[in-house]
Amino acid sequence: MKNSQLFFEHYGLTQHDLERYLAAALSAGGDYADLYFEYLSSTSLMVDESMVKSASQGISAGCGIRVVSGERTGYAYTDDLSSQRVLQAARTAALIASGPAKEPIIGFQEKPARNLYPVSLPSVEAEITAKVELVMRADRAARAYDPRIKEVRASYADELRHILVVGSDNTYAEDSQPLARLNVSSIAKVDGNSARGSAGGGGRVALDFFFGEKTPEYFAREAARQAILQLDAREAPAGEMEVVLGPGWPGVLLHEAVGHGLEADFNRKKTSAFTGLVGRRVASEKCTVVDNGTMPWRRGSLNVDDEGQPTQNTVLIEKGVLKNYLSDKLSARLMGIADTGNGRRESYEHIPMPRMTNTYMLAGEDAPEDIIRSVKRGIYAVNFGGGQVDITNGKFVFSASEAYLIENGTITAPIKGATLIGNGPDVLTRVSMVGSDLKLDEGVGTCGKDGQAVPVGVGIPTIKIDRLTVGGTAKRDSGGFMQ
Amino acid sequence: MPQGAVEIRNQKLETDLKALAADLVRRALLGGASAAECVVREGDEFSTVVRLGQVETLKESGSRAIGVRVFFGQRAASTYSSDFSREGLDRMLRAAIELARITSEDPYAGIPQPGQLGSISGDLDLYHDDVYSLPGDERIDYARRAEKAALDFDSRIKNSEGGSFDAATGRKVLANSHGFLGEYQRSYCAAAAVPIAQDERGNMQRDYWFSIARSLRRLEAAENIGKIAAQRTLRRLGAKKIKTAEVPVVFDPLVAVSIMDHIFEGINGDSIYRGASFLAGKLGQKVAGDNVTVIDDGTMRGGFGTSPFDAEGVPTRRTTVIERGVLKSYLLNTYTGKKLGLETTANASRGLAGNPGIGPGNYFLHRGSKPAKAIVSEIKEGLYVTEFLGQGANLVTGDYSRGASGMWISRGELAYPVEEITVAGNLKEMFFNIVEIGDDLEFRGAMACPTIRIDGLTVGGE
Repeated sequence: MKNSQLFFEHYGLTQHDLERYLAAALSAGGDYADLYFEYLSSTSLMVDESMVKSASQGISAGCGIRVVSGERTGYAYTDDLSSQRVLQAARTAALIASGPAKEPIIGFQEKPARNLYPVSLPSVEAEITAKVELVMRADRAARAYDPRIKEVRASYADELRHILVVGSDNTYAEDSQPLARLNVSSIAKVDGNSARGSAGGGGRVALDFFFGEKTPEYFAREAARQAILQLDAREAPAGEMEVVLGPGWPGVLLHEAVGHGLEADFNRKKTSAFTGLVGRRVASEKCTVVDNGTMPWRRGSLNVDDEGQPTQNTVLIEKGVLKNYLSDKLSARLMGIADTGNGRRESYEHIPMPRMTNTYMLAGEDAPEDIIRSVKRGIYAVNFGGGQVDITNGKFVFSASEAYLIENGTITAPIKGATLIGNGPDVLTRVSMVGSDLKLDEGVGTCGKDGQAVPVGVGIPTIKIDRLTVGGTAKRDSGGFMQ
Repeated sequence: MPQGAVEIRNQKLETDLKALAADLVRRALLGGASAAECVVREGDEFSTVVRLGQVETLKESGSRAIGVRVFFGQRAASTYSSDFSREGLDRMLRAAIELARITSEDPYAGIPQPGQLGSISGDLDLYHDDVYSLPGDERIDYARRAEKAALDFDSRIKNSEGGSFDAATGRKVLANSHGFLGEYQRSYCAAAAVPIAQDERGNMQRDYWFSIARSLRRLEAAENIGKIAAQRTLRRLGAKKIKTAEVPVVFDPLVAVSIMDHIFEGINGDSIYRGASFLAGKLGQKVAGDNVTVIDDGTMRGGFGTSPFDAEGVPTRRTTVIERGVLKSYLLNTYTGKKLGLETTANASRGLAGNPGIGPGNYFLHRGSKPAKAIVSEIKEGLYVTEFLGQGANLVTGDYSRGASGMWISRGELAYPVEEITVAGNLKEMFFNIVEIGDDLEFRGAMACPTIRIDGLTVGGE
């Protein structure tokens, strides 16, 4: 269903209604108001013990209304799209301002649209049996990988989010955002020893994505491989050492170490460790980092953000120098900077704020093999779980789930998962080599901020960080090493 | 400002949600289902943030949603909707019935037996409409005072992420085809302050303090929240890195809760039947030191984890999980109970979609007798952790590695702040190495833990 059909026909909305709601929102003054209509349908399936144990579908719809007055934001939402209830929500949001009503808004302008994720059939509308096949195939492939794989859980989830955003600056935008994801987790067991592995992927794609190159077998074998590998993992070392990050998902380093700290709201309020550093060196010359919301099919991509602004490719760090913050409408206006199209929200129940899309480092010139060879003693980390950052003091962590020791330029034994910790504003100054092998993650990232979760992407080429603290357990006398 | 709140709640459609849930269950059976279950959620929320004395956000709204789970023999499926129109509900029910065709026959699937269903009686002290009793401007003032107390506490507090005041009420309804029909209401309000301090070199630190209560009467004074937030923030100024070492580690109650959470994940029936926990198969065995007793109690009056019945309609209860180090019980719902040949412990939890999961009641480590100060004073050199960053616990292997910051303990005193360090070990050993447990058990959520000291951990730094 087209958005205009959905909101205008199914819910009986008219342009006059939109004008009326905005007028109610600005009935006590204010600088800006917008309406965010959302209709979300979703499916999820889970196979465990080779049985499809869970299947669910759902629909949620509603409208969020925001009124901005100076630095103040009033917000209200309703899951009932009748005129009476939307007007009531608009009047509640209007309580943030206290002045004479604004001039009525007449007419809207839609910016030229592009489609970064054209799908002939959104996956939510695809045959459920095809989705069942995906999870069952994943289950079989993980079990077939190795007899030591004893437990497998595979899940599939998709959604289709229709949004309509109108603003008192005459903004009008609609978008239909598909999202699909397949995950496999496995547990290997042998002689009382157990280990786990997981893998997954997806994006703003149709179901055929999983029948092409990124098949259920691809993710299942990866999950199984990691679990088997971890059975033999040694204790990780502890302390500062050289760290090489593999390409792809380890880009979560950028997300935590610099991405959050460059979100404009923190810098407007001067609460980020990056406050006031635009134009200053925050990374080695080899580092150029961007946030790019315009990559086709990517999980973190959007045609327009949740304020109706087209997304873009924003340079955050260029050859080591901090260039830009990621902004939404509010921060752009208050800071006098450009709106980079990063205003996002989890749903109609949430106030938008600056968020990342796909954040990655551009490829450099070093050969990945040379990077490994240059390390005397260190670790090579290729897969990560999540991470977290304290944006005020800049400290960040990310947890390696697959890593190896590097000894005298050679990758040796796998090591147990360990947390890596560093300081955002200076970790990238210690990047001494950047590989030519930029890779984006497989499409499973979800970022949390202020209790709001949004899908994101990350990417990085192989890089070498000269010094980073690794949180292992190995003692000096037990064959591991410490500095 | 104040009128909005009152208006929204009074004009809420007065549909009888219990009757609606019971009717959907009946219609599912008419549609051919052999069993069915329906949940309805309804809630209102208010929140405001005041930053540097000015209102930054003001949010106020209500919403509701409904979910249904149907069984066709041993096959189950679920659907949910925020559309309560006749067509919306019909479509939801039809979709569930349709979806059940593709799930597998699972011999253990099903809702609880009629004899297991019920609700504990008496006033559980979960709902107080006084959380909304303050007029709008006084709610804002609560947030403003909390922030102001922090800003005024010390000249080094130079910035702030604000003070906040939140209030919410919610109603849950559950009906199933074995005749269960129940509902309960809960309320809470909370206030917090998040100040930022700056030292002479311009380095910033942020910390927070908060109070949460089911009734406004029990919420801490705004001034007190702000003052504690300021003290917690100031003590972080000038933090440094330390050398890698193996030293005693003391966990502040706010972070010690995470250790309780790891035990919870480890004894959760879902992890147990899959062998996804190192505690699987350890029932009746020693899994922790003699001083460790862990309780889950869903019946405590006014508790943040209290409810009259769990998400499957089984009356909540008190379960001794670990008694003097011996694993006495897993925490289970109906499904995981059947898988393990045990009875549910009434720990079913659920969202609107999918099968029930497992959630805690009021889950805590039994308090010890030593004041936190005495625990610290006995340590010559060690780490006092006040914050963890990241996840970093693997329940399959027990491997544990987390980012941390806190205070360095020197000669029994909190000597100076430390940061950018890691704390690593293995949970299997850590549960045996809880060598001290404080007397300071206090609930700030469904899980609680007093101050604890764990030995044998590696603290990673320079």
